[in-house]
Amino acid sequence: MTSHDAVVELLQQRFGSDAFATSQFQDNFRVIVDAGQAFAVLECLKRDAGFDMLAELTATDYLHYPEAKDRYGVVYILINTATGLRLVVKTFVNDPEPRLQTVYPLWKAADWMEREVYDMYGVVFDGHPDLRRILMPEEFTAFPLRKDYPMRGRGERHNFPVITRAEG
Amino acid sequence: MPLEAAELAATEDGEREYQWTLNFGPQHPATHTTLRLLLTLDGETVIKAVPDIGFLHSGFEKLGEHLDYNQYVTIVDRMNYISPVANEIAWHHVVERLLGIELTPRCKYIRTIFAELMRIHDHLLCNGAAALDLGAFTAFLYAFYQRELIYDICEAAAGQRFHPSYTRVGGLMRDVDDNWIAMVRSFVKGFPKAHADFSRLLIRNRIFIDRLRGIGVLSKEDAIDTSCTGPVARASGVVRDLRKDEPYLAYPHLDFKVVCATAGDCYARFLVRMDEMLESLKIVHQCIENLPSGPVNVDLESKMIVPDQTAVYRSIEGLIQHFELFMTNRKWQTPMDEVYGAIESPNGELGFYVVADGSGVAYRARTRPPSFIHFAIFPQLIVGHQLSDVVAVLGSLNIIAAELDR
Repeated sequence: MTSHDAVVELLQQRFGSDAFATSQFQDNFRVIVDAGQAFAVLECLKRDAGFDMLAELTATDYLHYPEAKDRYGVVYILINTATGLRLVVKTFVNDPEPRLQTVYPLWKAADWMEREVYDMYGVVFDGHPDLRRILMPEEFTAFPLRKDYPMRGRGERHNFPVITRAEG
Repeated sequence: MPLEAAELAATEDGEREYQWTLNFGPQHPATHTTLRLLLTLDGETVIKAVPDIGFLHSGFEKLGEHLDYNQYVTIVDRMNYISPVANEIAWHHVVERLLGIELTPRCKYIRTIFAELMRIHDHLLCNGAAALDLGAFTAFLYAFYQRELIYDICEAAAGQRFHPSYTRVGGLMRDVDDNWIAMVRSFVKGFPKAHADFSRLLIRNRIFIDRLRGIGVLSKEDAIDTSCTGPVARASGVVRDLRKDEPYLAYPHLDFKVVCATAGDCYARFLVRMDEMLESLKIVHQCIENLPSGPVNVDLESKMIVPDQTAVYRSIEGLIQHFELFMTNRKWQTPMDEVYGAIESPNGELGFYVVADGSGVAYRARTRPPSFIHFAIFPQLIVGHQLSDVVAVLGSLNIIAAELDR
């Protein structure tokens, strides 16, 4: 695939033109899909459009964003390494159970990226082989990059148990 | 040689008493920063490695949601502190893309010089420290002397050696002077000899080569599948370099080569970094001799830049602009949109995903840290090798924990 038009055409053939929306800002071309279809679209993009690299997987909490309808936006940035084409795939998930299917079977790189999104936002990736916290301590209960989590924390740091050398 | 899968499997009754576990880090001289590895060993052979990270997590991305587009540059500086200006350039590259700013030619060239000096800076440390960990102490000192010269160049431009915070939205903190240009010229003149001294200590060093060749082999398919970029991917034969693929700054006007290798082992990564330094030096040389004149900041009329002192004190427009940018409820007018942008940092693709909500503070400032992506492949690179190869593989991936954990 060498152009975004060709990608859109492929997706229209497979999923119909109602299944996704597109938008563009600067050179970022975005395909916005439903959470339920995200995996199928990404699989199609990898298998048939040659997007063999997952450059980035991240999320945003739109809690205080003006005029936002959904709570979490999850973004996949794909690269076709043969042609250098980039594509942004975006999907939305909502409380109380933000869930998505893992893309680990498609790109191994998703392993740690999905763990980080889970750690920071609490978005659960079904089928992930090892979905544990990655940056925060395992006993941490909140999801720190959510907008309702205060910047200075909720005092967890002061309540962590202190382990001395004798006990450890 | 890596062990076969059959040799790694548990015996029929799950008997694994011969294995033992080693905690490598978080405070270990060879990890250089704080990261931890849980190694399962059979004798001296690593049969399983589980990285445990997050010791240096300091909530940079949360801070990015509370500091404005100019203030956050002091934080991104501290991500990959081995090449601080490269982070700053990446951050403002994305912010300028969000605001739709086209930089002045002089600013583009100065930023390009800094980006390439930072590549040399980073590769010198990476290769020097890799040599240090493998017992070649002298080479490390040669590398560090050259790094001092680059620190001096940073100091001359920005007044700070380690964390210059040199870029600003729409330009730079201040213009460079003739003294700075003379310093860069003298660095360009002296570096090839230092590079030759440094590389001759290592590339014909039998012990050093034996420790690196065939260790931690990453195939081209795996490199793409695991999103590796930069020298790690290029050493495995992935011909990708954002300077060529998605040109930014002054790169379209410059003549340089993309250094690649096919072996994908630690030695290939070492050699790619060695040769990239010479290519970077070529770029610095071209830029410094063709440095355009003119302003380093975009026009004040665009209402994007912080005006200089004269403009603030002597003109009403400058005063208003200063007020607008520094009052907490004003700042920049951003579009209600989001953008991803990336540059080829010394370590690979360093990107930022910025969500703007119309205010002067990012709603979301996500970093795509190359160290994080590269450390994820560490377990598959080390399995089957010896315990002493752990430091060789770690050194060749150039893991910077401050960027890894943010």
